[in-house]
Amino acid sequence: MAAADTAERGIVSSHDLRRPSVRATLGVLQGGLLVTLVVVGLGPILWLAKAAVTPTQDTLRDPLGFFPNGIDWANLATAWTRAEIDHYFVNTLIVAVGAWFFQLLVATTGGYVLSVLRPRYGNAILGLVLATLFVPSVVLLVPLYLTILDVPLVHISLLNTFWAVWLPMGASAFNVLLVKRFFDGLPREVFEAARVDGAGPFRLLWSIVLPMSKPILGVVSVFAVIAAWKDYLWPLLVLPDPGNQPLSVRLPAIAPYLELDVFLAALAISTVLPIALFLAFQRLFLSGAGLGGAVKG
Amino acid sequence: MTTLTGPVRATTAATPPSSPPPRRRARRTPRDWLRDGGLSTLVIALPMILVFGVFSWFPIGRALVMSLQQTNLVTAPEFVGLENFVFVLSDPLLGKAVANTLWFALLALVFGYPLPLAAAVLMSEVKRLRGLYSALAYLPVVVPPVVAVLLWKFFYDASPSGVFNTIAGWVGLGPFPWLQDAGSAMPSLVLEATWAAAGGTVIIYLAALVGVRTELYEAAEVDGAGVWRKIWHVTLPQLRGVLFITLILQVIGTSQVFLEPFLFTGGGPNNATLTVLMLIYDYAFGSSLGGNYGAATALSLMLAGVLAVLSAIYFRVTRPWSS
Repeated sequence: MAAADTAERGIVSSHDLRRPSVRATLGVLQGGLLVTLVVVGLGPILWLAKAAVTPTQDTLRDPLGFFPNGIDWANLATAWTRAEIDHYFVNTLIVAVGAWFFQLLVATTGGYVLSVLRPRYGNAILGLVLATLFVPSVVLLVPLYLTILDVPLVHISLLNTFWAVWLPMGASAFNVLLVKRFFDGLPREVFEAARVDGAGPFRLLWSIVLPMSKPILGVVSVFAVIAAWKDYLWPLLVLPDPGNQPLSVRLPAIAPYLELDVFLAALAISTVLPIALFLAFQRLFLSGAGLGGAVKG
Repeated sequence: MTTLTGPVRATTAATPPSSPPPRRRARRTPRDWLRDGGLSTLVIALPMILVFGVFSWFPIGRALVMSLQQTNLVTAPEFVGLENFVFVLSDPLLGKAVANTLWFALLALVFGYPLPLAAAVLMSEVKRLRGLYSALAYLPVVVPPVVAVLLWKFFYDASPSGVFNTIAGWVGLGPFPWLQDAGSAMPSLVLEATWAAAGGTVIIYLAALVGVRTELYEAAEVDGAGVWRKIWHVTLPQLRGVLFITLILQVIGTSQVFLEPFLFTGGGPNNATLTVLMLIYDYAFGSSLGGNYGAATALSLMLAGVLAVLSAIYFRVTRPWSS
């Protein structure tokens, strides 16, 4: 019987597992871990969901009570309309969709040039792109802000326009390298066959390379949207007009002016979309693909 | 158009006979370049070149120049040599900010380094519901950071009916002042930051644990090793690389901490949570200091210098894995 589970064994062997003491210890540890994860990982989010529909007085007096005076669904509607969360939600969507588009545009065309077309200047560009990985974003903060105020070549200010968020997010070396590496793994014979059949470089990209690259495009897309949703400091700097600001920037600003229950409802609304994305693309986040965000390179 | 590329690199394997002969040595005229599709290639490369050029390479270069200039956007920038660096280094707040940042990084290591490892090792032994474990662990990572901070700020309410103080009250502790006290403010920030980030580290470790060679466990068992010795002598040595990566990444990340001190405490109380990045922000955009772009850039370059050393080590160590 022991041979049956040798294929997928862990640190504890099946022999160890037959000992009651080992089994009990492992069971307690793992059960404890599960409870801890539920309390620590899920707890605050569930609390937020509860507080979003709890009257202010209840949340203040008995923060851990379970609806002592009933549920107040109206909080959500109040937050959505009167606190103008609807407006900021749309702003966040605009920021996220634009950032998604430019990240995908730059990463796919860039990866395509560096991996498939390979012009003579390709290696120089690759080197320059790679070099930016070594430059922490803090270095860019001030000079990039001044660049937004007066864009070189065209000399216009992008301040208070969404371009100021979209375009710098497009300059993601990590995305370019990720996509390039994926393109490197695609079969060259297919490209050559397409070329022989008379496909130009644009067509090759659009009809051959991109359709073959859906997995990596999915990865870049999901993480682009999530990153745009999370961003705080940069949109705070380049979108000073409240009418253009996304949720992340508005929430701290409106906190002092809102009733607590409405504010917590606003926080809950802002969390729904990222969590929905996570649940929908769980495998993407929890598999190696997601590591990209953390392990640059 | 039959040929699209510039010279296909000689290294690309299996070039079909129809492709042009390698032209590496021959002098290429602009007409050759055009015929080979050089223009199309350039057009396709344009988004990358423009976006990186304007929003990455140019500002990086500008940072180097600006750190040597006095810039206030009104008068023309003026070169002042190393004055900005001298200004920053003689700022009494710098020492405080550096110490606070190191304190944050150290606490983040103490809170956030061993726990994800222990959790991941334990999770890798789970036979059923492993997906549930990792999903629960990762959930805080997807909460938008601003929402997480604002939510925890409410949890940290110093009154006895604050969320954490209520829980502490159950076991007869508190109420604690959390963010209001200079001593406990920083650990409170780190606790939230750890909550928000630990899930990502757990997932990295889990992925690495899949690659641990299980034959070695059997070998260890033959030698009579128990569970702990197997973890110590077989599992951990094989995770050495990834443990190192997460260490460096965490230090790089925590030394640029901004959001937590900015939103939780605004650097207070009494500058107890003022970090280097907050100081940079204050130099450039703060309401009182503000507008000192040269000093801000100088300080960010100094921070980057420190981080570059760390990144260089990181790339050197990870290169063998990324092939």
